[in-house]
Amino acid sequence: MESKISISNLDFFYGKAQALFDITLEIPDRQIVAFIGPSGCGKSTFLRTLNRMNDTIPIASASGTVRIDGEDIYEAGTDVVALRRKVGMVFQKSNPFPKSIFDNVAYGIRINGIHNGKTDLAERVEKALVDAALWDEVKDRLNTSAFGLSGGQQQRLCIARALAVQPEVILMDEPASALDPIATQKIEELVVELKRKYTIVIVTHNMQQASRVSDRTAFFMLGKLIEYNPTQKMFTNPDEKLTEDYITGRFG
Amino acid sequence: MSDFDLMTNTGSSVHRKRRIVNAVMTALTAACAVFATAVLLIIIFYITVQGFSSLSLGFLTDTPKPVGEGGGIGNAIVGSAMMTALAVLLGLPVGIAAGVYLAEYGKNWFGNTVRFVADTLTGIPSIIIGIFIYTLVVVPMGRQSGLAGGLALSVIMLPIVARTTEEMIKLVPNSMREGALALGAPQWRVSWNIVLPAAASGIATGAMLAIARITGETAPLLFTALNSRFYNFFYDQPMSSLTVQIYNYATGPFEVEHAMAWAATLILVGLILVINILVRFLTRKKF
Repeated sequence: MESKISISNLDFFYGKAQALFDITLEIPDRQIVAFIGPSGCGKSTFLRTLNRMNDTIPIASASGTVRIDGEDIYEAGTDVVALRRKVGMVFQKSNPFPKSIFDNVAYGIRINGIHNGKTDLAERVEKALVDAALWDEVKDRLNTSAFGLSGGQQQRLCIARALAVQPEVILMDEPASALDPIATQKIEELVVELKRKYTIVIVTHNMQQASRVSDRTAFFMLGKLIEYNPTQKMFTNPDEKLTEDYITGRFG
Repeated sequence: MSDFDLMTNTGSSVHRKRRIVNAVMTALTAACAVFATAVLLIIIFYITVQGFSSLSLGFLTDTPKPVGEGGGIGNAIVGSAMMTALAVLLGLPVGIAAGVYLAEYGKNWFGNTVRFVADTLTGIPSIIIGIFIYTLVVVPMGRQSGLAGGLALSVIMLPIVARTTEEMIKLVPNSMREGALALGAPQWRVSWNIVLPAAASGIATGAMLAIARITGETAPLLFTALNSRFYNFFYDQPMSSLTVQIYNYATGPFEVEHAMAWAATLILVGLILVINILVRFLTRKKF
């Protein structure tokens, strides 16, 4: 199978504290990979190494390689701006900008200058909102504040915002953890739908969610990758005792 | 007896005590709030009563005249407006930019130093800033001027704007910055078109307070802008201001002058109020 992202021997440090130990992992193209593990196990940190969001933390440092389409993103001279356009991100808490719904989605398009005139911009915004399954709910109030949307709608707006810059990979950091079951279900359906076009990496605390949406699951503990297998195998017949204990709720 | 009665009965003495404490504390804080507002209302009321009778169109447009011939504060209004405008023009952009720097990039020794200096500057009595500008601008120019007055006011304004801007920007949740960064926005764009707009109404409040503060300053203008009995539209000449004019009228020996001082005070307070309302209106939350 073709790998979209290939991580080898990745170590990660916050100052002197090591947060990730020797992670090696292949993420296949157009599949959904879920990261699970107890709080503080490094799964979010790992996710954020994939678009170099950790660069914003001054004391953070990484070693090892992270290749996306064969190119090492930690190589000197990597264009972080271009990288983040290619690798989009959706956060745990929805974080719309204090702008209108339209301007939220248009923001990434505008700053990256990828549109061709006003009509094209409007079309791209509409397409992103349609893809994020939000268009029908907001098409009549595109110029109202994004803060007027419900929590679930805000999160789908953030997904639309990420889709609008036409990324190839989407990183999701517990995208449904602050939502009710119905909104969560919508996000999950959306994630599965998005798989046709995008490679998706999703961090989740919810093991049912991981088993429902993902093709492959990685289990992390204390900064180490314990097991990485197809989701079906992971949840029925894991290789590691630790994984089984965690999945069955013996700790965590 | 139902379960509900049972529950309220068992803890009734504790509950009553809590209710009483709660009522007393609410009343106390309400009283303090009323007291704080009352002071302002009393001042406004007193100024209005004292000053309203001397108000007239002539008073608003005339220049000061010898006692007994009327006279007004037209040139003082223009002077105050011009010097405040100059101070805002210089102090606001620099202050906001400095605040953005302190909040977004200033987590180092340089930022700490700037922060400390700004705090110290805020605490320096304004008359000392007047002397500073006197030495720096008035002495080399050979005369007092509106320029010197405006500069003194901008120096007073700068640290207030910088520090309130910093505090307001710090309140913008980090998740918003990350959201923009994750879309490929460079840091400066995140600061410029995500963080600044998100903090705009808070920054405007800070700016407003700073403007209100400098509009009411007298001491730094005594050395720098001095005063003028005439309309003056040029920054290189001594300039009249409402506050200095109020000081002159109020310290004069005649009752007519005192009445004019009250009227001028009423205008000054009114102007500050208008600025407040205007800025609130212009920066009201759109989203």
